[in-house]
Amino acid sequence: MTTSTVTAADTSALLDVCKRIRRHIVEMTHAAQSGHPGGSLSATEIFAALYFGGVARHDPANPQWGRRDRVILSKGHATPVVYATLAEAGYFDREVIPTFRALGTELQGHVVRNKPPGVEMSGGALGMGLSFAVGIALGHQLDGLADDEGQIFVVVGDGELNEGQNWEAIMSASHFGLHRITAIVDRNHFQNDGPGDEIMRIDPVGDKWAAFGWGVQHVDGHDVEAVRDAMLTARARSDAPQVVICETVKGRGVSFMAENPAGWHGKGPSDEQLAQALEEIDGGLT
Amino acid sequence: MTSSSPAAIPVPPPAAAREAYGPALVKLADAGHDIVALDADLSASTGGNKLAASHPDRWFTVGAAEQNMISIAAGLASTGKTVYAASFAVFMPGHCFDQIRVQIAQQRMNVKLIASHGGISVGEDGASAQAIEDLALMTSLPGMNVVVPSDAVEADWAIRRAAEDNEPWYIRLGRPKLPIIHLDESISRFELGHAERIREGDDLTLIACGLMVEPTIRAADALADEGVGARVLNMASIKPLDEEAVIQAAQQTGAIVCAEEHNVIGGLGSAVARTLAAHCPVPMEQVGIEDRFGQSGPWTALLQEYGLTAESVAVAAKRALARK
Repeated sequence: MTTSTVTAADTSALLDVCKRIRRHIVEMTHAAQSGHPGGSLSATEIFAALYFGGVARHDPANPQWGRRDRVILSKGHATPVVYATLAEAGYFDREVIPTFRALGTELQGHVVRNKPPGVEMSGGALGMGLSFAVGIALGHQLDGLADDEGQIFVVVGDGELNEGQNWEAIMSASHFGLHRITAIVDRNHFQNDGPGDEIMRIDPVGDKWAAFGWGVQHVDGHDVEAVRDAMLTARARSDAPQVVICETVKGRGVSFMAENPAGWHGKGPSDEQLAQALEEIDGGLT
Repeated sequence: MTSSSPAAIPVPPPAAAREAYGPALVKLADAGHDIVALDADLSASTGGNKLAASHPDRWFTVGAAEQNMISIAAGLASTGKTVYAASFAVFMPGHCFDQIRVQIAQQRMNVKLIASHGGISVGEDGASAQAIEDLALMTSLPGMNVVVPSDAVEADWAIRRAAEDNEPWYIRLGRPKLPIIHLDESISRFELGHAERIREGDDLTLIACGLMVEPTIRAADALADEGVGARVLNMASIKPLDEEAVIQAAQQTGAIVCAEEHNVIGGLGSAVARTLAAHCPVPMEQVGIEDRFGQSGPWTALLQEYGLTAESVAVAAKRALARK
């Protein structure tokens, strides 16, 4: 049987991966002069832990491996963090990254399934990822996969939880007993129009998931070890679907983005801003 | 089917196109197809419950949640299943167009959307339950096959044919019991992208789909009595459209009438008009719902009220002939 070829990185290697992912995010949104850096930076530790922390079992040399875990970006605008992670994991050549959003590129403005290989679901229309995961989990159940095979990790935004379809999916995952699904909420407190508490309040968000029958964990979403450990705990559970609510900061790692998250939902940095951002990223999270 | 000697074949009782769905699913599962079917709390009406009874592991209901159903269908298809999802045409695509657009059409998923209760022939439930715009929505999606069978037999053929490829399909079925037109598989059978020639004629061509095929045949027979030779095409496959048959009809007969149980905007008539305008413009008339919503009433009374009758087709034929 094929197994994941990716072994878990140690903490210092994980921190290095986070830096490289952040660099790619600001560089590609700078090159495109568009895209969504804020909600990509907030999800950086989540993706680093998934792909490099030994959480998701996957094989960059065999992206269609049938028993692989699936990582699904439901908040599809955070595409830069996906491309950055897949490139670092070896799914495609880093040299392609600057073509992000250019005419004819595989690196579309919002993720497109199998472009590049490793992208499991097309995104951009919010609220669909958890339902898609329910379908995969039902398929894996029909195919008789072992309990710890074919896990599905779905990264959703907190603003995205405004979309009603999420709650249809959350209800049905619990109803069908789909323990293979782990949702990860990038709780960065900002959505397109501003602070989530002003636009549409979702608290008490953990209680809502729990009321729908999910196991709930809360972690600091920028503590990559904590994120990894919470997801590994969720992965090992086989009684109910699990959610890890990651407290994050939109734009984390780049001060002028983190201080003005509403201004950095969907645009790319200037040349000067890029230089500052790269310098700060190399310094690590403070 | 041709008009020649159908007399030897016993005529079955009328049946609703939607009645074909459940038995077709069971046949597919029995034959070993790796299918999964989904319903959204309407399984007794769609017929999905027949698969639930015979192959319970192959059927899921998601409750009244069409958006969830469509995205689940896409997820299931991503694991290699052939997925059927069924609801009423007003709810699917009505409730879940974006899920169909992004997750089924853009991802080119192997999902067959089976929409029952299409059109105004739903009857007493009224406008909110009567899909008159679903074909416009579905034909506008790149890569979506859109099929409107004319009777339960053709519906069975189309539903099972859909399992033979990996493409997304939308098949619209009707609620009322209708006469069976397709009496024998040896005479004809459903082919995606191919018009079925039901009557021969050189004076004009009547093109119909779904519930309007049978009255259109009657209109052609009435016109024949008056000495007008009307060709009849059953255009169950709206997309891909049999453009060759349309162009040939225009060239050989010089006038076209389209008849459908749908808004005259965005359905069969629009597809045919587009082909005619590009290749062979000839006079064309439409029989359909004239851009207004439905209402409550017995389905037969509604068809009269909205002009979806053999008489309307014959009158439209004369208008088209007068413009030649």
